[in-house]
Amino acid sequence: MTDFVHPALLFILGAVPIPFLKGTIRRVYLVLIPLLAIFAVLAMPPGSYGAATFIGQGILIAKVDRLSIVFATVFTIMALIGVVYALHLTRAGQHVAAFVYVGSALGVVFAGDYLTLYLFWEGMAFASAYLVFAQGGEKATRAAFRYLMVHVTGGVALLGGILVHGAAAGSLLFGPIEGGPMDGGMGAGAYLILAGFLLNAAVPPLNAWLTDTYPEATVTGAVFMSAFTTKTAVYVLARAFPGTELLVWLGTVMALYGVVYAVLENDSRRLLAYHIVSQVGYMVAGVGIGTEMAVNGATSHAFAHILYKGLLFMGAGAVIHVTGRRKLTELGGLYRTMPLTVALYMVGAFAISAFPFFSGFVTKSMVVAAAGHDHRALVMLALTMASSGTFLHTGLKLPYYMFFGTDRKLEAREPPRNMLVAMGMAAALCIAIGVFPGPLYALLPYPVDFEPYTGAHVTESLGILMFTALGFVIFLRALDPENTISLDTDWFYRKGARGFMWLAEKPLARYEKAVSDVSETAVLPFLHGSARAGLRLDLNGVDGVVNGVARSILTGGGALRRLQTGVVTHYALAMIAGVIAAIVVFAVVWR
Amino acid sequence: MIERIVDFFGDERHAIRRRRLFYLVLVLIVVADFLVSREHAEYLWERLPGWSAVYGFGSCVLLIFVSKFLGHQGGLMRREDYYD
Repeated sequence: MTDFVHPALLFILGAVPIPFLKGTIRRVYLVLIPLLAIFAVLAMPPGSYGAATFIGQGILIAKVDRLSIVFATVFTIMALIGVVYALHLTRAGQHVAAFVYVGSALGVVFAGDYLTLYLFWEGMAFASAYLVFAQGGEKATRAAFRYLMVHVTGGVALLGGILVHGAAAGSLLFGPIEGGPMDGGMGAGAYLILAGFLLNAAVPPLNAWLTDTYPEATVTGAVFMSAFTTKTAVYVLARAFPGTELLVWLGTVMALYGVVYAVLENDSRRLLAYHIVSQVGYMVAGVGIGTEMAVNGATSHAFAHILYKGLLFMGAGAVIHVTGRRKLTELGGLYRTMPLTVALYMVGAFAISAFPFFSGFVTKSMVVAAAGHDHRALVMLALTMASSGTFLHTGLKLPYYMFFGTDRKLEAREPPRNMLVAMGMAAALCIAIGVFPGPLYALLPYPVDFEPYTGAHVTESLGILMFTALGFVIFLRALDPENTISLDTDWFYRKGARGFMWLAEKPLARYEKAVSDVSETAVLPFLHGSARAGLRLDLNGVDGVVNGVARSILTGGGALRRLQTGVVTHYALAMIAGVIAAIVVFAVVWR
Repeated sequence: MIERIVDFFGDERHAIRRRRLFYLVLVLIVVADFLVSREHAEYLWERLPGWSAVYGFGSCVLLIFVSKFLGHQGGLMRREDYYD
């Protein structure tokens, strides 16, 4: 145990002192913990730690292998970047929530059994919800409640699945689900677990919580949220469900679903959130294909994605921080006042679009190539089309309408220095991974046999991307943002909840009122009347009879008592009278 | 340096030079696509030089118009106070 420091503990216990620290000491402390965590992950020897028995089940607090290390590495790096981005915050609440959130995500990544996993899974949901609540205002609060409801529902599905699966498999240890598609279908428990995982991965139709909530979170909170929840879900899918055919198709649909919605979006961060759906689609499809190359692709794409998506959210967040506006219809012309933000944002945009020498190029293409090697031409073409859409939105539409386009004469300046530094760190990593993919490839779970920089691959990518740009230039007017919102599957629970409230307020309440009216106007008076009648009957009838009988017995008793004189002669006289009477009766009757 | 690059992409003064540069890049990419080796191409389309340019442009146009069609005619886009 001595050579293993659980990084989840570093963050969760490390969150405790934050409210008590102030000023520079707090800032140094906030940076120190993620740095320690990065070193803890780098120094971590593979193995199993913290095996124990709990309510008769074997649990394993931490299982360290190549897959968990690569996710933990990028999680801790992103935690450092996110913390630097949030350093200017004076209140402790968001720092504490972010630390617990990161710690819980790391807890999931190392969880060796389902119970540990579930515990940290719920921790993530609650800690991240705080980052939305912290924004304040009715809109954010409502979105945060919806977020909690959805995730708690997903958590219940997961817990149910864990119990059913655990009972069937006889073990709660977390690993590839036995009885996968290869050997005759998964059980109900496995499907419930899969549903819980898919919800966190934002797979349609379970995706709407993401695009509903992320734009409402705080500027700094959204950066953390964009990195952890969905990628933790990709990790658990890669751990438990590699090679599940369903995931290939769900992932492919996701990749296109996100870009279609991104065309319609007006809110800058919601547009980016739809691109999380799209990009996670590549990872889900990669996990579904399940070959070594595909899982490597999914893992490395998650790694790159966390960094460039963090960078994009930081860029959009910087604009919101400075201007207070988030809708593309209200933004424009900021390139003059925020050139550094523009440049840093564009690094993220090139990375997500998979331009050569940016991180997406060396990771996304691995998933697409894996689909090709697996003879899935349709998947390959669909994913390539989604790449075009990605550049169209995050690389062209969003920056054009946010930073260039119509100059709306907004008062703006570069964001605080800590924000720029954090964006610079992420941008440097996006470029470093793109130029030198070797170290990232060395981290991946399987040996990498993939060369991204071939002539054909470079010209093909550039062709796709730059001719997408040509389409953008030609049809620019068609892309003008419109002041609308888009309906997504959250319609069902937002309108559904309203329908439920209507049912409760209108028909159910009316029925309840009718019932109480009947009881008040008819039943209650009847009951009162009959009670009164009963009382009268009781007092006058029953009591009269009882009292009368008692009274007559009393009088009879008194009369009898007076007969008892106690004088012997009286008794003798009575006996003689009795004997005479008997003789008379006998004589009369007998004759 | 960064400011000048950003300014080049934003300022109207550079519009003509920007446009020329853009078309030059497009031409260079298509020309380069004819020159690279394609030994490892697995699918038919991968062997066609210039395929990616056509597919990229087509994807872009398709995505814009299908999405806008779904948004306007399919009823996905609603007024901002829809849920209020």
